[in-house]
Amino acid sequence: MPPLAERNLFHDKVRLAVTLTGIVFAVVLIVVELGLFVGFMKTTSNLIDHSNADLWVTSINVPYVEQGVPFSERKLYQVRAIPGVQDAEKYISDWVEWKRPDGRQETVQIVGMDIDKDMGLPWNLVQGKLGDLKRPDAIFVDEVYKEKLGATHIGQIVEINHRRARIVGFTRGIRAFTTSPYVFTMFKRAQDYARLPENQTTYILVKVAPGAEINEVRREILAQVKDVQVVTSAEFSHMTQFYWMFTTGAGIAVLLAAVLGLVVGFVVVAQTIYATTVDHLKEFGTLKAMGAPNSYVYRVITRQAAISAVIGYVLGMIVSAFVVHASQGGGAPIELPLPMAIGMFFLTLTMCIGAGMISISKVTRLDPAMVFKG
Amino acid sequence: MQPAIAVREVTKTYTEGSASVTALRGIDLDVHAGEVVMLMGPSGSGKTTLLSIMGCILASTGGSVRIAGIEVTQLREKELPRVRLEHIGFVFQGFNLFPTLTAGENVELMLDLKKEPQAAAKKRAQELLENVGLAEKYKSFPADLSGGQKQRIAIARALACDPEIVLADEPTAALDSHTGKNVMQMLADLAHKRDRAVVIVTHDPRVLEFADRTIRIEDGLVAGYSAKKPSSAISEFYPAVGAAAEPAEVRGV
Repeated sequence: MPPLAERNLFHDKVRLAVTLTGIVFAVVLIVVELGLFVGFMKTTSNLIDHSNADLWVTSINVPYVEQGVPFSERKLYQVRAIPGVQDAEKYISDWVEWKRPDGRQETVQIVGMDIDKDMGLPWNLVQGKLGDLKRPDAIFVDEVYKEKLGATHIGQIVEINHRRARIVGFTRGIRAFTTSPYVFTMFKRAQDYARLPENQTTYILVKVAPGAEINEVRREILAQVKDVQVVTSAEFSHMTQFYWMFTTGAGIAVLLAAVLGLVVGFVVVAQTIYATTVDHLKEFGTLKAMGAPNSYVYRVITRQAAISAVIGYVLGMIVSAFVVHASQGGGAPIELPLPMAIGMFFLTLTMCIGAGMISISKVTRLDPAMVFKG
Repeated sequence: MQPAIAVREVTKTYTEGSASVTALRGIDLDVHAGEVVMLMGPSGSGKTTLLSIMGCILASTGGSVRIAGIEVTQLREKELPRVRLEHIGFVFQGFNLFPTLTAGENVELMLDLKKEPQAAAKKRAQELLENVGLAEKYKSFPADLSGGQKQRIAIARALACDPEIVLADEPTAALDSHTGKNVMQMLADLAHKRDRAVVIVTHDPRVLEFADRTIRIEDGLVAGYSAKKPSSAISEFYPAVGAAAEPAEVRGV
């Protein structure tokens, strides 16, 4: 086939630039909106997804991780005694008040764990060492929230619920979906900051022994430990995401923005691809008049759309990568996981070819007089 | 001998909403291989509509149209491109070359439609350009060619699939008189030397010398016809008094 589709595209550089700009705009818009949605989703369940636990034991009807309800530590020993449990540890997540150096109060989420175990630990530590948390009053905060918390340096003394705390390390990129940043510390200290009685915890994290069946262990815990809810990490993650994204309505707005991004992106792509096809309407009419079946004309239009999609996608993803990178330092993370990047390719292809199909109807209904008039 | 084109009682009415316009009111016409037939008449008389119907681009409202013996009014719409491709070559007033393809590729495109292998298509395109005296312009884009050269490329393209019928719509309208005569000579040679049936819609009385027959269309009817090769003017048309008064080749009997 003579390269009609390629030539139609590349012959008019200005038209090509307009077409590609439209597609790049659409790709970036959709990536940003979907990336924000994914980012927020992941943010809501950060603690759970990084917990390295197989099961979470909570009070009954706890809907999401921030809403932990204290229960007796004695249940920890009951859980540990259940066959198939390799390890079980206490874990606290609770709201507390943080006093900034200028006296202003901020609500934070205190997170307490046993740092000698490998469950529920903070991650992405960029300053300080995990062992530093064993020092008196030691806490970690995330550098994203330095300004919000008035945290400036290692060794800084702050106040949490009227108790002394010392910043001994900073993590990077551990965002909270709410406006309350996470503050990591040892379990006992978290208990103290949260003013929980000494024999209480909000969660028990469970590691299942190799070879043991998770659901079997869960059934055993439920059978032997009273008044608890036992969920896998995946389930608790999903529950937490669902709560914040859909029950509160916060996520609906983000989701609507993502859907809007898709719609606007499609409209922009449809408009540009349509205009590209309409530019060559007379040529398609000539092709048909000369005896080209509709399928031949469709192939040319589809090929044009597919080439535009591939180039637009590549350029769009380059721009998106910069946007995603730039967002990492801010409070609103944009995520671009590989499956989403792959999905975007097929979405771009579908949008462009779909838009081409819309313009095809125009070609199908060509007035023959148009072909004969110069 | 079976005519290349046989049109019988063809009518065409355009309808839009409650309004309708009758463009053709019952045309009879035969066109044979080896002759040049010119369709003349004022704007809006129905010439281009008739040409479109003969080219299987437009469906008639009534009547019968046979192209190379095939009754095309009975064919489904998706079967018509095949008839156009195999039996009809088109030459347009505005050349309608693909501006993004070279002269050679414009011709190759037709052969690609017929699924000719690429190498054979290139060779055939080269031959066709040689036949119209433009072999050296194979790699030139239409924008770099003169009007006459573009029309010769368009003729080469029209002949790519070796059609029995060539339909031309105002082929000299965009050309100066000298170039126009050259193009007309080329179309006449197609009929007289290569035995094609050539139908030309034109307003240009200067090209009438190339016609074997001239049909005048007015208000959707055959209003007159000329004797073979009129020397100069439209005034030599005989008036047509109904179909019965027309000579056999016009009525197609």
